[in-house]
Amino acid sequence: MIQADKTLFTMTNFHKQQKNNFTMLPKTPTGITGLDEITGGGLPKGRPSLICGEAGCGKTLMSLEFIIRGAMEFHEPGVFMAFEEKAEELTQNVASLGFDLNKLQQEKLVKIDHVHIDRSEIEETGEYDLEGLFIRLGYAIDSIGAKRVVLDTLENLFSGLSDTAILRAELRRLFNFLKEKGVTAIITGEKGDGSSLTRQGLEEYVSDCVILLDHRVINQISTRRLRVVKYRGSQHGTNEYPFLIDEEGISVLPVTSLKLEKEVSSERVSSGIAALDDMLGGKGFFKGSSVLVSGTAGTGKTSIAAYFANETCSQGKKCLYFAFEESPKQIVRNMKSINVDLQKHIDKGSLQFFASRPTLYGLEMHLVAMYKMIHKFKPDAVVLDPITNLITVGSVSEVKSMLVRLIDFLQEMQITVMFTALSLNTIVSEQTDEGVSSLVDAWLLVRDIEYNGERNRGMYIMKSRGMKHSNQVREFIITDKGLDLVEVYLGPEGVLTGSAREAQKLREKTGVALRDFAVSRKDKEIMRKRKMLESKISTLQAEFESTEEELNKIYFEEQLKEEIIEKNRAEMTNLRKGAIDAENQIRSKK
Amino acid sequence: MEEEAINYELRLYVAGKTAKSVAALANLKKYCEEHLKGQYVIEVIDLLVQPQLAEGDQIFAIPTLVRKVPEPIRKIIGDLSNEEKVLVGLNIRPR
Repeated sequence: MIQADKTLFTMTNFHKQQKNNFTMLPKTPTGITGLDEITGGGLPKGRPSLICGEAGCGKTLMSLEFIIRGAMEFHEPGVFMAFEEKAEELTQNVASLGFDLNKLQQEKLVKIDHVHIDRSEIEETGEYDLEGLFIRLGYAIDSIGAKRVVLDTLENLFSGLSDTAILRAELRRLFNFLKEKGVTAIITGEKGDGSSLTRQGLEEYVSDCVILLDHRVINQISTRRLRVVKYRGSQHGTNEYPFLIDEEGISVLPVTSLKLEKEVSSERVSSGIAALDDMLGGKGFFKGSSVLVSGTAGTGKTSIAAYFANETCSQGKKCLYFAFEESPKQIVRNMKSINVDLQKHIDKGSLQFFASRPTLYGLEMHLVAMYKMIHKFKPDAVVLDPITNLITVGSVSEVKSMLVRLIDFLQEMQITVMFTALSLNTIVSEQTDEGVSSLVDAWLLVRDIEYNGERNRGMYIMKSRGMKHSNQVREFIITDKGLDLVEVYLGPEGVLTGSAREAQKLREKTGVALRDFAVSRKDKEIMRKRKMLESKISTLQAEFESTEEELNKIYFEEQLKEEIIEKNRAEMTNLRKGAIDAENQIRSKK
Repeated sequence: MEEEAINYELRLYVAGKTAKSVAALANLKKYCEEHLKGQYVIEVIDLLVQPQLAEGDQIFAIPTLVRKVPEPIRKIIGDLSNEEKVLVGLNIRPR
């Protein structure tokens, strides 16, 4: 009770903030995934709502889930008045969804009252009214203090009783009775012929909220859809929303929140292939971005995806792998051949496979299923392999719109997603069939390069928003050691790949060897020349030295001669000194 | 007469003393006296007093006459104003 009040309180509070409206319509949350979002909080509190649709569209289950979730999640007891199925049948029906109706009944949270109407047992004579039903319902409500009531399917009264005038009058009284009781009620009704929503025109009586369920088969694939036809006094989603009935009950997917207001991250995540990360500015993809890997058959798209998944898990993050073509075991086995062990990640619980045939159900159902899986597993990365197969269950525009919503949803959750797509013709058009190439943030193209009698894989980055990326074609090699990207040989003869590239490499190697040899021969020649030159130089130097010595010898002789002459002259002068001195003395006296 | 004993157990469900309920009870008594004298019991159940009994006999309309015995159970709803229908419904051959 307390919890329920709290939820309601916060909900109304929220609405008050949204609009400055003082008397917002109070709502009762259904607890059904997605439905409360579409209706802006749930069904109108204390009023009857109508759920209508064809046979087998899920009316009973939806209303029963409303009661069960009310009892289990919001602590609001509920009465389920069944005009069609017996209590045991209902219990069995929801047991497969993991709900224990018997236990809830024992805990006095749910009361199931089966109203058995069999025309063959009943004779009508004279005036009557449905007071008995009212008393029963009133008693059931009071006995457990019910806040929620379901009448499924009220129209059975019409098949059991013939006086429709009385029935109509009584129905009006019934709805007033329900309102007086203050219970939130669901009335289910079978879809009538033509434009009327229900066979007996129940929508005349229920004016507050009408939900139409639909079960359509298009191209042999059925899709359940839900639409809020009217909701008086409240805003609501008006589209048709697909919904899914699975082992957890009903989930409706409000899928069109295309506001483009999501958060972005500049964090990078590795692709798992070091050489590819190098091409993407050295760091890999942006976290929360969408990556498309497209290519023709057998170009290694799945291998790239598996590498990415492996890398994500190796970093301790979680990855969810949606396989539409191969079974998980097949993928695990095949990836072992390129040295990727996915099994250990599966065992650790960081990698989860979700394999389903595209034709299993409609596109919208796939989306709902993925949405649910992602919500449950909360992965850091998601792989869809391949999206091409989805085309078998929908038209191109449908697939595109589905993927838009998926990408939108994933970006909101900051989950990196990798799609693989098969492109049918690489030469004429590089557009993928799904037309998603404009939506994705990064687009890797793997393609066959056919040359010289062999096919090789080439990879290049068509686009990568918001980062510097290589414009080169790399050769994409798959070996038993793993994936690698090799630079293709860009020579005078064009782009060479595969064995042609290897041959070219060998040729280059030979060339180098020859050149090396030539170079070393030249070097020796030079050495020899130098030696010759050096020896010549030393001879010349020796010659020069001897000439110099010769010349120096003459010079010394000359000097010696001069010295001797000078010496002789001085002696001579000394000898004649007396006379010259006397003469000098006379001159100085004067 | 003795060997017939109680062959008919009838239960009339009403909700308070409404005109329809009163009429139904009066009609029922009249037919029974006429055709089943001495071999019937009528039990009147007022659902306003005992609402929990409505579920057991699958009552949704008021007034409802239920023939508990003899089997199979038959139900007649309404104020029982049409004698022939009541007799046919109860499977009583008019004498």
